Amino acid sequence: MTFLGMPAYAPRGVGALRAEEPFPQAARTALANTQLRRNIGHATATIRAKRARVVGEVPDWEALRLAGQQLKAATMARLDEHLERLEREVTARGGAVHWARDANEANDIVTRLVQATGETEVVKVKSMVTQEIGLNEALEAAGIAAYETDLAELIVQLGHDKPSHILVPAIHRNRAEIREIFLREMGSYGLPAPDDLTDEPRRLAMAARAHLRQKFLTAKVGISGANFAVAETGTLLVVESEGNGRMCLTLPETLITVMGIEKVVPTWRDLEVFLQLLPRSSTGERMNPYTSAWTGVTTGDGPREFHLVLLDNGRTAALADEVGREALHCIKCSACMNVCPVYERTGGHAYGSVYPGPIGAVLSPQLTGVEDNASLPYASSLCGACFDACPVRIDIPSLLVHLRARHVEERRAASRIPSAEALSMAAASWVMADPARFARAERAGRAGRLFARRGRIRSLPPPLSAWTTSRDAPEPPPETFREWWARTRGDRA
Amino acid sequence: MVRIALFVTCLADGLFPDVGRATVRLLERLGHEVVFPERQTCCGQMHTNTGYQREALPLVRHHVEVFEPYDLVVAPSGSCVGSVRHQHAMLARRAGDEHLAARAEAVASRTYELSELLVDVLGVDDVGAHFPHRVTYHPTCHSLRLLRVDDKPLRLLRNVRGMDLVELPDADQCCGFGGTFAVKNADTSTAMLADKMRNVLGTGAEAVTAGDASCLMHIGGGLSRLRAGTRTLHLAEILASTDEHPAVAV
Repeated sequence: MTFLGMPAYAPRGVGALRAEEPFPQAARTALANTQLRRNIGHATATIRAKRARVVGEVPDWEALRLAGQQLKAATMARLDEHLERLEREVTARGGAVHWARDANEANDIVTRLVQATGETEVVKVKSMVTQEIGLNEALEAAGIAAYETDLAELIVQLGHDKPSHILVPAIHRNRAEIREIFLREMGSYGLPAPDDLTDEPRRLAMAARAHLRQKFLTAKVGISGANFAVAETGTLLVVESEGNGRMCLTLPETLITVMGIEKVVPTWRDLEVFLQLLPRSSTGERMNPYTSAWTGVTTGDGPREFHLVLLDNGRTAALADEVGREALHCIKCSACMNVCPVYERTGGHAYGSVYPGPIGAVLSPQLTGVEDNASLPYASSLCGACFDACPVRIDIPSLLVHLRARHVEERRAASRIPSAEALSMAAASWVMADPARFARAERAGRAGRLFARRGRIRSLPPPLSAWTTSRDAPEPPPETFREWWARTRGDRA
Repeated sequence: MVRIALFVTCLADGLFPDVGRATVRLLERLGHEVVFPERQTCCGQMHTNTGYQREALPLVRHHVEVFEPYDLVVAPSGSCVGSVRHQHAMLARRAGDEHLAARAEAVASRTYELSELLVDVLGVDDVGAHFPHRVTYHPTCHSLRLLRVDDKPLRLLRNVRGMDLVELPDADQCCGFGGTFAVKNADTSTAMLADKMRNVLGTGAEAVTAGDASCLMHIGGGLSRLRAGTRTLHLAEILASTDEHPAVAV
């Protein structure tokens, strides 16, 4: 249901928020890929253990999480004020602020800004939001080559692949695959990989380093996202591990930063909390190697021009959902995907969106509208591991349940003909709301004994056949509990 | 002696009555009075978690009406108690029924999962059970992360005479059940189940136990399909088992 004045969802046909096929189908393909299962299983187990170690050593971790949650909630409640403050401060310090309603507007703004410099190449800091809006593709269509400089993003770009994790986007690749990609592709993007390249991690990193160094030293335009923006001083922050970010943020003449509007924090003091929570939750480090902060432009130091693009792309629509808005608190650490038993087995591509895993399953449908990503809220067993791992205490299981309800209600509003599932749910509710009907249904269920052989049922009709393809079903007992109770102790109530 | 109302759960009532019988036997053996409010049906968790909140609401109302008169309610399920505690009031509130929400909160505050009732309310961690078998314990997700029962079930199990309790590797990993998830995402669910079964079978246990009949139905369904020779037993069945009345195979 849409009406005038209602915040818009992220538009179709641009960016990477929508899946081509529903999660169950995409997952089936992924589950059959044994190499992918092995790569992701190994990588997530390693990061999980690292995170557990460094989180365990912080005595006030739970208090920090609580603080992070409350800071985010308070910031979201006055988001408009903080954003206007940020705009004023950035502008006062020589930066230019651009507001983009959606992916198309943001891509147009960035393309025009690059074109104004006369350059046809840009270097990029790893950024989720530019992937969300499909910026590289938009730039390419305008004849501008965007080079990813984060090692894992470079692997993904050279492999003509898609990222499958928000922190380690090439998590689905192993060393041998990376060597093969480097040897095959590096030459057509710049400095080729050495012929004697092995799959030793150090050799791979050195090949990437030499390849990227050339890009850093020649690029005149850098493009980044932002982990945080401090409203009170107009300062942007990027938190990273490899130092490629700092190269991109300091060497080019023009710096363009695209940032989702939810990334603003009011004050520097807020960072005390978030800069403790983020590295421990994401890379499992006490402190990340590089934290770059810049404020406007400074004569003789760093870029001479700075542009900040503030992106909505469905965020205001998410903010309008009183329950779902909590998903915007996400600081993109990826702890939830590393602990998720579903993600660990299917990998990130199955989610179809640039935001995979538990947080993706609650964020993507809110940015696109639930109906455009309707299978994602169901892509979870609601085991709750994500909630426990989340550094800002986003109650992801409750959000999943909430979005499932939104999906069911939107379906109901859109069609007067109920689905088979809706009919059976309504019937079950009618039966279970009345004890006599319920007892009759239990007795009828005993007909299930006809399916049973030696105490187990090996095959049931659809939709329960999805259960019996891999699991036996129990045989209904000859006597229900309530019948046993009535027979043996019926005098008590 | 304490008077305890049994919320047996629809699943145990209809498919696993041994779980309900064991809960009754156990509590009576400990000297308490168990009553069974016969008008009870279902907590509505399946509806809520599948998105059918409108359909769940009458079940919440019914559950509250049935259990309101009792001072103490026990259910042999972490998941159903989780639904009563974390979803009932929320559903009422979203439907704009503050009065029902307050009543649901009151019922929830008197409702306990079996290990919580035994350890926290009745103050026992040795129930005098006897079960001379090799057993491993799967802490179900909702017991662990929604109710935070922590090691209460394990404390009870460690005091069972004759039992060889072996640790389950990656115990806190979900078995892949997740209600309608097991059907809507059957492939992913099965992949999760495969790892859980591998861990269970690796322990060499004769039986795997848990506080939820639903997760056991899933794990047991997989083990049975493989003819693995390892059975599932609810925590209540092991705790109810004595020399005179040993637990029987399910």
